[in-house]
Amino acid sequence: MNPAAARRMRLTGMIRKESLQILRDPSSIAIAFIMPVVLLLLFGYGVSLDARKVPLAMVVEQPDANSASLVGAFRHSEYFAPRLFTSLQEARQAFDLREVFGIVWLRNNFSNRLLGQGDAPIGVIINGVDANQARITGGYIQGVWQAWLADYARGRGLTPRVPVVLEPRIWFNAAVRSHNFLVPGLIAVIMTLIGAMLTSMVVAREWERGTMEALMVTPIRIDELVIGKLAPYFLLGMGGMLLSVVMALWQFDVPLRGSFWALTATSALFMLVALGMGLLISVVAKNQFVAGQVSIIVTFLPAFILSGFIFSIGSMPEPIQWITHLIPARYYVAILQSLFLAGDIWPIMLGNSAALAVMMVVFLGLARRRFHKRLDA
Amino acid sequence: MNTLRRILALALKELLAILRDKKSRFVLIGPPIAQLLIFGYAATFDLNDIPLAVYNEDRSAPSRELVARIAGSPHFHLVSIIGRDSQIAPLIDNREALMVLHLGPRFSANLHRGGSGHAQVIIDGRNSNTALLALGYLRAIITDFNIGWAREHGAQRPPATLKIRPWYNENLLSRWFIVPGIVGLLTLVVTTVVTGLSVAREREAGTFDQLLVTPLRPVEILIGKSIPGILIGLIEGSLILIVAVYWFEVPLRGSLGALYLGLFLFLLSAVGIGLMISSLAVTQQQGILGAFLFLVPAVILSGFATPIANMPEVVQQLTWLNPMRYFLVILRGVFLEGDSYGLLLDQYWPMAIIAVATLALAGWLFRHRMN
Repeated sequence: MNPAAARRMRLTGMIRKESLQILRDPSSIAIAFIMPVVLLLLFGYGVSLDARKVPLAMVVEQPDANSASLVGAFRHSEYFAPRLFTSLQEARQAFDLREVFGIVWLRNNFSNRLLGQGDAPIGVIINGVDANQARITGGYIQGVWQAWLADYARGRGLTPRVPVVLEPRIWFNAAVRSHNFLVPGLIAVIMTLIGAMLTSMVVAREWERGTMEALMVTPIRIDELVIGKLAPYFLLGMGGMLLSVVMALWQFDVPLRGSFWALTATSALFMLVALGMGLLISVVAKNQFVAGQVSIIVTFLPAFILSGFIFSIGSMPEPIQWITHLIPARYYVAILQSLFLAGDIWPIMLGNSAALAVMMVVFLGLARRRFHKRLDA
Repeated sequence: MNTLRRILALALKELLAILRDKKSRFVLIGPPIAQLLIFGYAATFDLNDIPLAVYNEDRSAPSRELVARIAGSPHFHLVSIIGRDSQIAPLIDNREALMVLHLGPRFSANLHRGGSGHAQVIIDGRNSNTALLALGYLRAIITDFNIGWAREHGAQRPPATLKIRPWYNENLLSRWFIVPGIVGLLTLVVTTVVTGLSVAREREAGTFDQLLVTPLRPVEILIGKSIPGILIGLIEGSLILIVAVYWFEVPLRGSLGALYLGLFLFLLSAVGIGLMISSLAVTQQQGILGAFLFLVPAVILSGFATPIANMPEVVQQLTWLNPMRYFLVILRGVFLEGDSYGLLLDQYWPMAIIAVATLALAGWLFRHRMN
C-alpha cells in the first residue's frame, strides 16, 4: 500500500472512530445542539440594555393644565410608566423601596414661573446605582422635556429658538435596539463555551480512561490524530453555529447585512480556534477536574467581560486593553457585529481574521507539541 | 456533644481534602483575585476617549468654539479632521471614529441671523448602548454651549429647565455599580465549584458509601459538607470586599452587619445548590458540567451587567429562583444606598427559602441516589 493511501486510511479510520463515539455518547451532541439553543434563548431575552416602561414618580404639587400636559408627555413616551404623587415625601418612600427609578418634581409655583419669568424648575432625581441605566434614562427624560418644550411653544404660537440643534444619524441600527449588537456578541460567547467544552472535557476523559495510550501505540501520526479528533467536533460545532445564526435572524430579528459565505468562513476559523483552545486545555490538564475548572476560568467570564460584547474595549485602561488581545472572542465579536449590522467591511474582517488565524496556529501547534511529549514520556 | 464532634471532624476532613492539593489551593485564591482586578477595571460602561472626526465646512469663530469644546472634553478624542463627504463612510465603517460631527457651510450664518445652526452627527450604531451614551455626552456639551450663547446674545430663556440629579452614585461611575457585583459573582463561582465537586469526588472514589455507613447522620453529613464551602466563601468574600473598598474605593455606606447577613444567606443557598448538583452527579465531570450549567445563567440573569427590569416578564419570573439576584441588591444597597436590615428584608427571606429547600433536597439525595 502506498503511503498516501495508508495515510488516508488511518485518517478516515480515526474520524470514523470519533464520529461513532460521538453518536453513541449523546452528551457531546447535546452540548453542540441543545446548549446553543437554550443559552441563546435565555440570554437573547435575558440580556437587554433597552429600558422601557421605567417606573417614574411624578410629584405634582398643584395640578393644572400645564403640569397635566407635562405628565401626559411622560405617559405617552414608551420609555416611562409614570405614577402620580401629591407630595415629595410619598414619592421618596416609593423611591427608597425601589418601586420607582426616579422622581420628577413639579413645585407649586411651576405654572407661575412657566407663564412669568421662565426658567420654571423641573427637579429630577434618578437612582444612580446603575450608572449606565441612569445615564440612558436621563437621556430619555431630556428627550421628553425637549419635545414638550417644543409643543408648549407651538401651542402659544411661538417658534422655539435653540441656537445649535443636534441632528443625530445613527447608522446600522437606526432603532438603537440593543438586541442587534448583543445577539451577535452572544453567539461569540456561546460558541467559545461550546467549542472549548466539546474538546476539553471529551479529550480529557480519554486520557483519564487510558484509551489515549491505546491510540498512541497504533501507527497513527500526531497530525492525523489531531485532525481526526477535531474534524467531527468541528462539524458538530458548525452545526450549532448554524442553529444560532438561524435563531438570531428569525427569532431575534437581527439583520444580516454581510454575506453568508463571509460569515461561514470567519465562523469556521473561530470554531477551529475554540476547539484548539479546548484541545490544548485537555492536553495540558492531567484530568477532567482540572480541565473543567480551567475551561470555566478561561472561557466564560473572559468572553463575557473582556470581548467587547457588552463592555466596550476602547474605554478600558490601557493594560486591560492589551489583555483583551489574548481573548479569541474579542476578534470574533468585532467580526460578527460588523457582519450582522454593517456588511462585509474588509479592513475589519481581514485584520481580525488574521489575529484568529495566528491564535489557531498557536493553539493547535502547542497542543500538537504537548501530544508529542506525552508519547515520549 | 457527639454530634458536634462528628460534624467538626467531617468539616475538617473536607477542608483538608480541598486545601491539601497545591493546585486546588491556587485555583481558589489566584484566579478570583486576578479576575477581580481585571474585571474591576474592564467592566465599565463609562466612555472616555470616544474617537471623533470633525467635518467643519463653516470655519468661523462659533463653529470653531463648538468643536474646541467637544474635542477638549475628556469623553472625546479627536482622531481626524476631514474635508469631504466621501471620507465619512470609511471612518465609521472601519471603526476608526465612533462619530463624525458635520457642521454645514451656513452654520454660523444661521446662528448669527437668529435661527438655528445645525450640528449633524453620524454615529456608529453597531453598539447601540455606546451610541446612546456618546450622544448623551455630546448633547450635554451642546446644551451648555446653547446656554452660553443665549446669555451672550440676549436671547430669551426657555420657559422651563430640567435639573437632573443622580442619587447614591453622584458622578454616575459605572465602577461603583459593577465592583460590588463582582463580589457576588466571584463568591458564587468559587463556592459552587468547591461544593459542586465535594460529593461527586467521593462518589467517584467510592468513599461516599463508607461515609454513609459511619455513625454520621445525613443531617450531620450535610452540615459537615456545608461548612468548608461557607468558610471559604466567607474568607474569599471578605477578601474581595476589602479590595473593593480599599483598592477600587467604592464607598461602603450602609451596615456591614446587613451585608454579612446577606453574604451568609447567599453562601448557604449557593452551598445548597452546589451540594444538590454534586449529589445528583455520578462523576466529577458531571459535577463540573452541572456547576457550569447553573453558573452561566445565574450570572447572566442576575442583573449583574444588564437590568432585570429590561427582561421579558417570563424571564423576570425565572430570576426569582436565582440567589444572586437578591444578593446583588443587598450588595449595591449596602454599598451605595446605605441600606440597613429593614430595607433588605425582601431580599433575605427568598435566599433563606432557596437555602433550606436546596439543602434539604441535597440531604435527601445523599441516601436516595445510589448507584
